[in-house]
Amino acid sequence: MTPTLHSPLDACLTLLALWGLIGLAGLVRPTSLIFVGRTLFPLSALCSAALAVVALVSLGAPPERAVLVVGLPDLPVHLRRDALSSLFLFLLGAASAGISVFAAGYFRRGHGTSAGLLCLQYHLFLASMGFVLLADDAYAFMVAWETMALSSYFLVTTQHGLPEIRRAGFLYLLIAHIGAISILLAFGVMQGGSWQFTFDAMRSARLVPTWATVAFLLALFGFGAKAGLVPLHVWLPEAHPAAPSPVSALMSGVMLKTAVYGVLRVSFDLLGEPQWWWGVVALTVGLFSALYGVVFAATQTDMKRLLACSSIENVGLIFTGLGLAVVFRGVAMPGLAALALIAVFYHSLNHAFMKSLLFCGTGAVLHSTGERNLGRLGGLIHRMPWVAWLTLIGTLALAGLPPLNGFVSEWLLLQAFLFAHQVPKTFVNMLLPLGAALVALAAALAAYVMVKFYGVIFLGQPREATLARAHDAGILERIGLLWLALGCVALGLFPAQVVGALRIVVRQLAGVDLPNPTAPWWLLEPLPGRLASYSGLVFFVAVTAVVLLTIIAVQLFYHQRVRRAAPWDCGFVRLDARMQDTAEGFGQPIRHIFEPFFAMQRELPSPSDRAPRYRVLVADRIWQRLYEPLGSLVQRVADAFAWLQQGRIATYLLYSFVTLVVLLAVVL
Amino acid sequence: MRPIEIFTQLLELIAALAAAPLFAGWINQCRAWLQNKSAPSLWLPYRGIRKLFHKDAVIAERASALFRLTPYIVFGAMVVAAGIIPSMDTRLPLSPVADAIALVGLLATARVFMSLAAMDIGTAFGTLGARREMMVGFLAEPALLMVIFVASLISATTALPAITEHLATQTLGLYPSLAFTAVAFLMVLLAENARIPIDNPATHLELTMIHEALLLEYSARHLALMEWAAALKLFNYACIGFALFIPWGVSTRQSAPVALLASIPLLAVKLAAAGVILALIETVSAKLRVFRAPEFLATAFLFAVLGLLVHLLLGA
Repeated sequence: MTPTLHSPLDACLTLLALWGLIGLAGLVRPTSLIFVGRTLFPLSALCSAALAVVALVSLGAPPERAVLVVGLPDLPVHLRRDALSSLFLFLLGAASAGISVFAAGYFRRGHGTSAGLLCLQYHLFLASMGFVLLADDAYAFMVAWETMALSSYFLVTTQHGLPEIRRAGFLYLLIAHIGAISILLAFGVMQGGSWQFTFDAMRSARLVPTWATVAFLLALFGFGAKAGLVPLHVWLPEAHPAAPSPVSALMSGVMLKTAVYGVLRVSFDLLGEPQWWWGVVALTVGLFSALYGVVFAATQTDMKRLLACSSIENVGLIFTGLGLAVVFRGVAMPGLAALALIAVFYHSLNHAFMKSLLFCGTGAVLHSTGERNLGRLGGLIHRMPWVAWLTLIGTLALAGLPPLNGFVSEWLLLQAFLFAHQVPKTFVNMLLPLGAALVALAAALAAYVMVKFYGVIFLGQPREATLARAHDAGILERIGLLWLALGCVALGLFPAQVVGALRIVVRQLAGVDLPNPTAPWWLLEPLPGRLASYSGLVFFVAVTAVVLLTIIAVQLFYHQRVRRAAPWDCGFVRLDARMQDTAEGFGQPIRHIFEPFFAMQRELPSPSDRAPRYRVLVADRIWQRLYEPLGSLVQRVADAFAWLQQGRIATYLLYSFVTLVVLLAVVL
Repeated sequence: MRPIEIFTQLLELIAALAAAPLFAGWINQCRAWLQNKSAPSLWLPYRGIRKLFHKDAVIAERASALFRLTPYIVFGAMVVAAGIIPSMDTRLPLSPVADAIALVGLLATARVFMSLAAMDIGTAFGTLGARREMMVGFLAEPALLMVIFVASLISATTALPAITEHLATQTLGLYPSLAFTAVAFLMVLLAENARIPIDNPATHLELTMIHEALLLEYSARHLALMEWAAALKLFNYACIGFALFIPWGVSTRQSAPVALLASIPLLAVKLAAAGVILALIETVSAKLRVFRAPEFLATAFLFAVLGLLVHLLLGA
């Protein structure tokens, strides 16, 4: 099939193929940073931007299909692009454009894998995510899904010389595969006895409710493993810090969203009519993940682990909205289902931008200082103003503060919760407002986490002498950060336009819609009739106007004299950097309040100790209670079977002989 | 946008800016009376702000631009918040821009900026204050949102003016659910405005302070703006309380323009009463240890949830 650019699907495929070519081109001169970094990665960013544009333009276009005759005989690859695919392709393109520009300036000599190989893995990762979003049969989906998992595994283990990174990579691969098996089983259930594995066959297969439930739960488990829902979250805080920062940004910002895409595709498209109580399951898991993630984020001392835990929280919020949408859809409340789905899409987009921005920001800090440990950073706003101010935007957005984007999706989610009291199931009715309270708690805790993150890295005094030599990011890194920050701002200031675009997707995916807006273009009013409204733009203009007026008034009426002096600090003069709050100190109130969440080990010095040492170790209870027993069980079973392995050829021949005799006995 | 709307909007903003320090002064005066002290002048907060504006600003050497910008942002946030809350009239052109949830977000923005600025210098007190302020914040914010949710559920909207109008025109005098949430709101108000029992505005005792620790490094005009913003915050919280729990007397689009004349003195009466109650609470209670603050705010949260359940179960 010759690619013609007449249809958006062909354009998307061409761009994905271009990514593949760019990746292969990296092998031509694998050690040349000028060629790979300064040429190929910016080209790839252009592809990403083009993909975002194509996806955005095609958002309202009717679904289209293509069949590629590649792969095994009689098993062509079915592809389909609809509004849901377009939306997530836009997310992939828009976020990866910024990340690739950043990566162009980021990759340097000294990483384990050579630049060219890294380039191939990176672009394979990008292209496979694109194919996941376009696949229209289970084979193509699983091949793309596994390519995505494997290419990202190799990216995570870029610095494979370090044992802890190999361990993180293994954990990631293990959980990715447990998830993949579950997804495979879900597809197996969904074909419904027709043994046709195209998505079309699954759409037309009418499953009995029990099997539909089994398929949904398998899909939730499988995609939840990729998304990092508790208790399948354990790989996130290990794998994200291990990967190079642009890769962490891609994994957290984009790859987690492919899992969201998968659950949406299965529950709203392939299974047709979801049952309302599936939503309660997703909602409960989502809320628990949100709270668990944010509480753990507050106690982290490694900046990338902190962000990884915060990703668990955000994925939890996304699944909360998804569960809410399923509940509304199941009890036939189309307006609210549309609202909840829009909140899900909006938060997915937001998280792609803000988390990528923050991961890239930490990458710049890591490069400049060589430190990931919050206890050895501080005061970088003076040495790295570009990174600091751009990261501030991401920090405020992730803290869910108006007028930035994080607030809008939380607002939409809370609105959906607020009108949930009309659900005709009394029990759910009682519990949903408590869900809203937990969302509010998670959002407020996120602000706490973000103040800790930003304050400890960029503000205060440098905690190490070496930080005085920190330098700002290069020009390409700045452009990448700027792109992502602009995304956060734009999504925050123009919510009505974004919601307008998302309504198209919701309409096509679930056949539900919001009432038509009557509000002016600058006002977001999802449910018309003076119920609730918000305008990021006017809000921003109002606050800015007051701030500017105040500054001007102060300048006009009073003098502008400023004296610089040593900090006052209640008259204390021998202030040093070690007197500031550490990351551990900032996490202390959370450890105190949410004590049951943690498995903590404390070593307190006694007053008479000559060399007092204070140590506190915070561990994940789920790891100790669930994974360690499971691991030891697997080990014991393996040990038991290992007895078979005697190491003598005669024994093995005996095994064969006994097997043969047993089989013969069975057959005869 | 009709002229009367622009007028009421400006009136609310100017009234808040002008009356906020007076409200703070009134509380101080009442408290002094109750504690058998000779009361400071009612105008002392104004004089303090004026004095601070005339001084030279002394800024720590290490301070970044964020530190200098924060007082303006916090002040701006509080002024915009005052423009959203219907304290005298519900005809506010600014109110569709931000509903009650956005108002909570706005207050959170101010809190986050204050905490970041306090961490900017890198002193022990600043970071300690930032941590405690954020701790109180994340405990109080869900409780405040639950309070707002109850009122929103009763009136089926999250727009504050619409809530006020709805509650003011109800035949039922007092909702039992709102009685629970009123208690919760009062507790949140005390915590968020750094008052006893969570914080003590009258002391600089290092180990107990929260709000004052954030302001330690500020001087002159920056400090003036911060103190003015703190007064505005208290004023705003009081007005949120009036809007939710005693909405009577606020003029609406149904009432005649003359009704606005009545609502101005009525607000003054409400504020005076609120000042007496706040002073009374501060006189009869003692400050809690910092680690009792979660219990205090969890109680507030519980009351708000109780209010919600009462509303959902009994529909009242």
